[in-house]
Amino acid sequence: MREMSREEIEHILNTAERAEFRGDMLQGRVMCTLFFEPSTRTRLSFEAAMKRLGGEVVGFSKPGAASLSKGENLTDTIRTVSCYSDVIVLRHPREGAARLAAEVSDVPVINAGDGSNQHPTQALTDLYTIRKEHGTLRVRVAMVGDLKYARTVRSLGHGLAKFGARIMLSSPPGLEMSPELMEELEGMGARVEVCSLEEAVERAEVLYVTRIQKERFPDPEEYRKVQGAYRITPELLEGAPQNLVVLHPLPRVDEISPEVDHTPRARYFHQVRNSIPVRMAVLALLLGVV
Amino acid sequence: MEQDIRVRKIKDGTVIDHITAGQALNVLRILNLPSGSGATVTVAMNVPSRKAGVKDIVKVEGRELRSEEVDRIALLAPEATINIVRNYRVVEKKKVSIPEMVEGVLGCANPNCITHVEPVKPRFRVESRKPIRLRCIYCERIMCEGEIAGQF
Repeated sequence: MREMSREEIEHILNTAERAEFRGDMLQGRVMCTLFFEPSTRTRLSFEAAMKRLGGEVVGFSKPGAASLSKGENLTDTIRTVSCYSDVIVLRHPREGAARLAAEVSDVPVINAGDGSNQHPTQALTDLYTIRKEHGTLRVRVAMVGDLKYARTVRSLGHGLAKFGARIMLSSPPGLEMSPELMEELEGMGARVEVCSLEEAVERAEVLYVTRIQKERFPDPEEYRKVQGAYRITPELLEGAPQNLVVLHPLPRVDEISPEVDHTPRARYFHQVRNSIPVRMAVLALLLGVV
Repeated sequence: MEQDIRVRKIKDGTVIDHITAGQALNVLRILNLPSGSGATVTVAMNVPSRKAGVKDIVKVEGRELRSEEVDRIALLAPEATINIVRNYRVVEKKKVSIPEMVEGVLGCANPNCITHVEPVKPRFRVESRKPIRLRCIYCERIMCEGEIAGQF
């Protein structure tokens, strides 16, 4: 997301919004999904988007099933798979995997998450949802939770900064956003401030809640220290501004209580629905059919 | 005069002067000298300098180093100057400058970067020259001065 321009982001969001898609647009095209890390939403959402455009899907969702288990490196896997498909969707536990894949692939590579670095199509979905809810991206967004390891935070931060958003940060001790990233977001045009969860709820227009990324903690003891450190409940949201909406890239563990689901503020399942037109737009644009 | 005795003049080649004191051997490592080149290399360390107090000097005989080769040493010795010598005379003098991209000299400081497990040369975009800050083009992580110096 760092390198995408504001215009490019708007172009994707506008394409998703216009929804001028046809069910045969990608007929005869093949998308290959390579998921070296578990995923439910992202993989299924990409597959659904491709199928709705008439395309075919091949791939794997368990690295054990891949030739990687026989010792093949990612570079060779990508070179091989790019011979079979028109577009590759890659999720990998190592940061920079998608960039490397794009260098060696003959076909476009979509980053579906690389370690704790980036998750650009989730960020595009988040931006699309925020724009739908508020009509603008120049909003006050409070990011809550794991701001250290969550790749969605990094990607959304880059996207929001380009539109001059105000970004409020609330995290448990040890999971703060890095000073380098805060400085970078400010340099891109965002106004960034650190706040408590209560302040975030009082002043924000979007509450972007994240799960603590247990799988990225080098030490399980560190995870236990912050486990359950915050929880969004209907009571907490009582005094919030009328227009506050709650987003979450999902999956959630215990950071949003299920009672919030029934309030009009809960928009995380709308977010899930919005991922389809956004990913359809990304695929259609990359393959040159819109 | 004293300096002339310690480090004699070379007939043809390259003199890298004003290297940050203590970095001469690291500079040789970056330049992959003298291994395989056949060049005679003279190293002088902690040489008195009016500008910096003390400095290191490297002289490479019989070989003129290209700009793109020596610019890589700017990561460690940003004040270094390059003198091309022909027939005992300096015919070209220039300061090193940090290139736009740094390749093949450093590893990424992020242990989870893909470059540690794949057959690819780490590459870094120079985000800032003073203080030096490099961004890995793969994992996007920033490396600062301490992390760079710590690799030599």
